Amino acid sequence: MRPPRVRRSTAALGSAVLATALLLSACSSGGSGSKDSADGKVTITVDLFGTFGFKEAGLYDEYMKLHPNVTIKQTDTQDEGQYWQALQTKLAGGGGLADIQGLEVGRVASVVQKQADKFTDLKTLGIGDVNDGLVPWKGAAIKTGDGKVLGAGTDVGPEAICYRTDLFQAAGLPTDRTELAAKWSTWQGYLDLGKQYAAKAEAGNAWTDSAAGMFTAEVGQQKVRYSDEAGKPVYDSSPAVKTAWTDATALVADGLSAKLAQWTPEWNKAFSTGKFATLSCPAWMIGYIKGQAGDAGSGKWDIAAGPGKTGNWGGSYLAVPRTAKHPKEAAELIKWLTAKEQQATLFTKQGSFPSSIGAQDAIKDVADPYFNNAPIGQIFSESAKAMPAQVLGTDDGVIGKAFTDALGEVERTGTAPDTAWKHALDNVKKANGN
Amino acid sequence: MALSSTARLPAAPPAGPASPARRPGRLRRRIAPYGFLAPFFGLFAAFGLFPLLYTAWVSLHRVELQTSDRMDWLGFQNYTRLLSDPFFWNALRNTFTIGVLSTVPQLLMALGLAHLLNYRLRGRTFFRVAMLMPYATSVAAATLVFAQLFGRDYGLINWVLSSLGVHPVDWQANTWASQFGVSAIVTWRWTGYNALIYLAGMQSIPGELYESAAVDGASRWQQFRHVTVPGLRPTIVFTVVVSTIGATQLFGEPLLYEGNSGGGISHQYQTLGLYLYEQGWTFFHLGRAAAVAWVMFLLIVLLALLNAAIAARRNRTDR
Repeated sequence: MRPPRVRRSTAALGSAVLATALLLSACSSGGSGSKDSADGKVTITVDLFGTFGFKEAGLYDEYMKLHPNVTIKQTDTQDEGQYWQALQTKLAGGGGLADIQGLEVGRVASVVQKQADKFTDLKTLGIGDVNDGLVPWKGAAIKTGDGKVLGAGTDVGPEAICYRTDLFQAAGLPTDRTELAAKWSTWQGYLDLGKQYAAKAEAGNAWTDSAAGMFTAEVGQQKVRYSDEAGKPVYDSSPAVKTAWTDATALVADGLSAKLAQWTPEWNKAFSTGKFATLSCPAWMIGYIKGQAGDAGSGKWDIAAGPGKTGNWGGSYLAVPRTAKHPKEAAELIKWLTAKEQQATLFTKQGSFPSSIGAQDAIKDVADPYFNNAPIGQIFSESAKAMPAQVLGTDDGVIGKAFTDALGEVERTGTAPDTAWKHALDNVKKANGN
Repeated sequence: MALSSTARLPAAPPAGPASPARRPGRLRRRIAPYGFLAPFFGLFAAFGLFPLLYTAWVSLHRVELQTSDRMDWLGFQNYTRLLSDPFFWNALRNTFTIGVLSTVPQLLMALGLAHLLNYRLRGRTFFRVAMLMPYATSVAAATLVFAQLFGRDYGLINWVLSSLGVHPVDWQANTWASQFGVSAIVTWRWTGYNALIYLAGMQSIPGELYESAAVDGASRWQQFRHVTVPGLRPTIVFTVVVSTIGATQLFGEPLLYEGNSGGGISHQYQTLGLYLYEQGWTFFHLGRAAAVAWVMFLLIVLLALLNAAIAARRNRTDR
């Protein structure tokens, strides 16, 4: 085998050629920022995934009122996997990027280790201290070895369980959140209660949405998940993954899953039709439920502390790509959006749990009328208190998807758990190119 | 034939007074065709040939989208790795089965429809235009509608099935059902297109053949079998070649069917096109994606040659 050679100029040209087709459409939308600086007006573009909730909580409107020369335009992709894919294509071609791009926590290790040069060091924009008031691991995860700050932390994902009180009542289960939290203080307790539910519930009315939801929540409760502290992948032997896999496949075997793939249209629809009674609920899921179930779901949902009492699922960052048209203005907006006051507002209105310690102190007494006035401030604060400082690996996103896909096979095609486990490992290998 | 007759056209005498500028004019006329052709070949070189060759070059390297300014020489490793990848063979198999599931019924139906349209019908033009409507629909729109129809919990098809007492089918997770779903979209979009091509071919078959067949007492079915089909043979070969190439490159329908590049949770309907896209744009292995692209290219050339050989052999046995 010949030794590897590095060819930079041709490669840069090549990446441009390869990316051209996919970028043609994206490029045209990226040019809007240049002409509006003449009259002092600035349009800041923000590109996000899932439901960050800035818009829904009225934060953009408030910011634009405070800064009359600023217009904020947001684009949104529901599925983070698709968002990440599009983001990588745009980064490779260098076009079509917004001034502010969202990053999911499962991807930040990859960004920090492989793409630090594609994002602006927030220190150079004067907001290097933006992560100072956050829980320490949040800021550490987005800092490069040489001290660059590549993004500002928004929320974290302490876990709980959201449930439908009307369906619980119909199946003769208790609906009191303290009583439920005690019954499902372990995942086994959660499965046992599920079996009780299934015995009495109407046909076609499952205990929970998917095995994937339970798996992700359970894996998120351990410090070491897919990679160890040294960065070595341990997903095939880590006890966290094994235990969560066993429990999630038991869920399927007991017939407790509605077999819905998360982030698909069918899943979204099921929020309003009541196809499942419980859902693993990281704090940001509250905003998602409100968006999908709508006003008709108000008062039907409640929320209780989940099995294991803790865990972290998701949570995000805001970053400024190198090619941003208005990096200065974007940095100002980021600083404002992630400040503790706004993080507190975001939790109160949308449920995204603050990573800012100051905001966490401020929201302890928040209750949510949509969820039967559940004391979400208290529930999620308790969960966040014991949250592990997760070890993040470069391939966390890919590995997580391989396992949740394999669980989809188990529940939807009846594949044996052992075979599906093998598929998951094969899929990780395929993604990593081994 | 067609080429030489169009080439002769500019040589016709000009209408106006032409005598003074006759000589340079002739030279210009000789060069002019090349001038007119040049833009195509220029564009082809820039957007067709160069990417093709560059893709070949990329396929010999390790290139990652996230660090695309680095290229490490690998030789043919991307190709050998590809041939030992079970996912590649899976995609090849799926491409074949979906290709057969969509192309064969599609062409048979097109042939039948064209035969019907060839009769004197009231509102013939309306039917002909209507046939082309699916083809004019974008892949994205058609696929999204079909994905809704095939939805497991809220889809129309499962609703009909369950009201007939049949157990609903998971049209996305089940291997054959999902391949059938994707094929249905392809068939829906292309049947009318092929029917119109067949119709054009049928209209060049002389009417006397049908008349004499009718005089001999041949039924419509016998006319179809013994007059229409033999007369259409060149057209059929053409549609088979075009459909085969289309099936090999199948991409949009399976991509949008569930909205992910994996081709279903167990890759049960991942085609070669999707496999390429997944390697390049989901896993960011551009070098390997380039290798897949070249393998697909060679495969299509091979299939086209095979088709041509079969057609040539059939022509020979006819004589």
